[in-house]
Amino acid sequence: MRTAVLFSGVSRHFGAVRAVDAIDLEIGEGEFFAMLGPSGSGKTTCLRLIAGFEQPTGGHIEIFGETAEGVPPYRRNVNTVFQDYALFPHLNVADNVAYGLMIRGIGKAERRKAADAALDLVQLPGYGSRRPSQLSGGQRQRVALARALINKPKVLLLDEPLGALDLKLREQMQEELKSLQKSLGITFVFVTHDQGEALSMADRVAVFDAGRIQQVGTPEEIYRRPRSRFVADFVGSSNVLPPDFVAKIAGQRKWASLRPEALRFVEGGGHAARVVTRSYLGGQTRVALDLEGLRLNALVSSTDMLPAEGATVRVDWNGAELHLMEDAR
Amino acid sequence: MTAVHGDATVQSAIFRERGGLAGSLSDIFWRNPRLLLLLMLTPPVLWLGIIYLGSLFALLAQSFFSIDEFSGLINREFTLKTYGELLIPANLDIIFRTVLMAAAVTLAAAVVAFPVAYYAARYASGKWKALFYLGVMLPLWSSYLVKVYAWKLILAKEGILNWFFAKLHLTWLLEAWLALPVIGGNSLSVSYTGTFLVFLYVWLPFMVLPLQAALERVPASLVEASSDLGATPAQTFRNVLLPLAMPGLAAGSIFTFSLTLGDYIIPQIVGSSRLFIGQAVYAHQGTAGNIPLAAAFTVVPIVIMGFYLWGAKRLGAFDAL
Repeated sequence: MRTAVLFSGVSRHFGAVRAVDAIDLEIGEGEFFAMLGPSGSGKTTCLRLIAGFEQPTGGHIEIFGETAEGVPPYRRNVNTVFQDYALFPHLNVADNVAYGLMIRGIGKAERRKAADAALDLVQLPGYGSRRPSQLSGGQRQRVALARALINKPKVLLLDEPLGALDLKLREQMQEELKSLQKSLGITFVFVTHDQGEALSMADRVAVFDAGRIQQVGTPEEIYRRPRSRFVADFVGSSNVLPPDFVAKIAGQRKWASLRPEALRFVEGGGHAARVVTRSYLGGQTRVALDLEGLRLNALVSSTDMLPAEGATVRVDWNGAELHLMEDAR
Repeated sequence: MTAVHGDATVQSAIFRERGGLAGSLSDIFWRNPRLLLLLMLTPPVLWLGIIYLGSLFALLAQSFFSIDEFSGLINREFTLKTYGELLIPANLDIIFRTVLMAAAVTLAAAVVAFPVAYYAARYASGKWKALFYLGVMLPLWSSYLVKVYAWKLILAKEGILNWFFAKLHLTWLLEAWLALPVIGGNSLSVSYTGTFLVFLYVWLPFMVLPLQAALERVPASLVEASSDLGATPAQTFRNVLLPLAMPGLAAGSIFTFSLTLGDYIIPQIVGSSRLFIGQAVYAHQGTAGNIPLAAAFTVVPIVIMGFYLWGAKRLGAFDAL
């Protein structure tokens, strides 16, 4: 696999603010790569560094082996789907989609044909003559996608593209983006603060915090074996167990994570805990437990006979599910 | 519920009492929003309709009268003779001169104002924005006459501009410019170039402010998107910024163009002695007492502005509104 994007020790400081701080990162060709993190963690700045809207204050960036520093955005074969879609309000949908071709001086008839094909690809056939203001949020998103894809970019950058959509549309677009990426084979770099989105769509995920990457891995690695407390907390709302408690049950003074679905109720053995609250989530129910002052979340199947709030229960888990974390942060 | 039926003041536990005339008036207006609108709009509509437009039409009606050349009295019969007088070469000269000057001032104002407005809209914030507004508006706070006379001194042969050119050893350049036909003259203060510079200075704020307002409404992401899609800064300017700034440019150019068309003081103080439309109107209604011809001259800028707006609309200047 070729390397599409390579960051070595890349920093972007704004005065005293270290938006991106000495990041190393390698994104492979054809990968669906997610940058996950809370707002202000530097993920969007990383995306803008790849697009060329920002220049690094330190380190080195390569795109397909070529040095990217000092190359303006309009010379990069990289396209962006903006968070606010950034459709040109004075152009109709077809002209928006064909903008990149128009800039390159491609003739009107050919542009029209390519725009129609791109609109077919994002399932908006026949919308060419409409104005962006006449479209819904989901439709604008598709137009922005078509406008970026028509240029056949080597890397497609998506900045929280699903953030403004409602849940149902978001799920539908997740699937469509995923299958689009598979069929086109273009490298997708996707910025999101939604862990569910990152885990379900990406081949690999980088978890950002405070301008640094906490962990890079497949969704399963990130979810099952978080490297630090921050990752465990941010991804999948794992239970984070403090060293004192872990020392008692596993013999090692380390922070550990325990996924909520690993917890189960047992008749005998295990640990005594009190049920604090129960939240019905449909197929599953989340039970918040108090175990010797420690707050634990259990995710159990709703069909079970569930203990009432305030009841004392016994909980247990498979020892292999307890993941000891290397990093104490 | 302790309401006593038949009592004038029904106490309610739900709805707060709002007594007094002001209270009942508010309630009436809340229930009849159109009534409030009508009350608020009537005075300005009366002012605009009767006093403002009414007197304008009264003036325009004068342009269809004529003047008796022997007695100097106004002949109140409908005629197009006065308009015919506009077409004699001397008067046509005045019209062409004024329109050309207005066009040149508008074009130059747009070119000068765009970078200023763009900077203010895109980069300035906080105190720099306040400074920008102050800088643009400050000249409007001082008297127009004082500014124009100040410019006469700046542009005079003994003025600071000449001195400046001399210090830079560029007097030859200024002289070469002044030696040019039409736009040149004895000194800048008696040339069309001088008139142009003063017009540009005085009307510039009217171009900067609407342009800045229009550019501020263009999200920064549109400029980035254009660049992302391969457009060089020049292409982005042509394909994104300029079309989206058009409403502001149109608004600003309406100001600069129409203000230049109607002005009669600047060309009188700074420039050659040849007349502009405003001066012609002033001369005909004053010493010459030829109100019909003055009125006919007044119609000219109105007609030109009508064509200007129609053309701007045809070119799509207001599409992005």
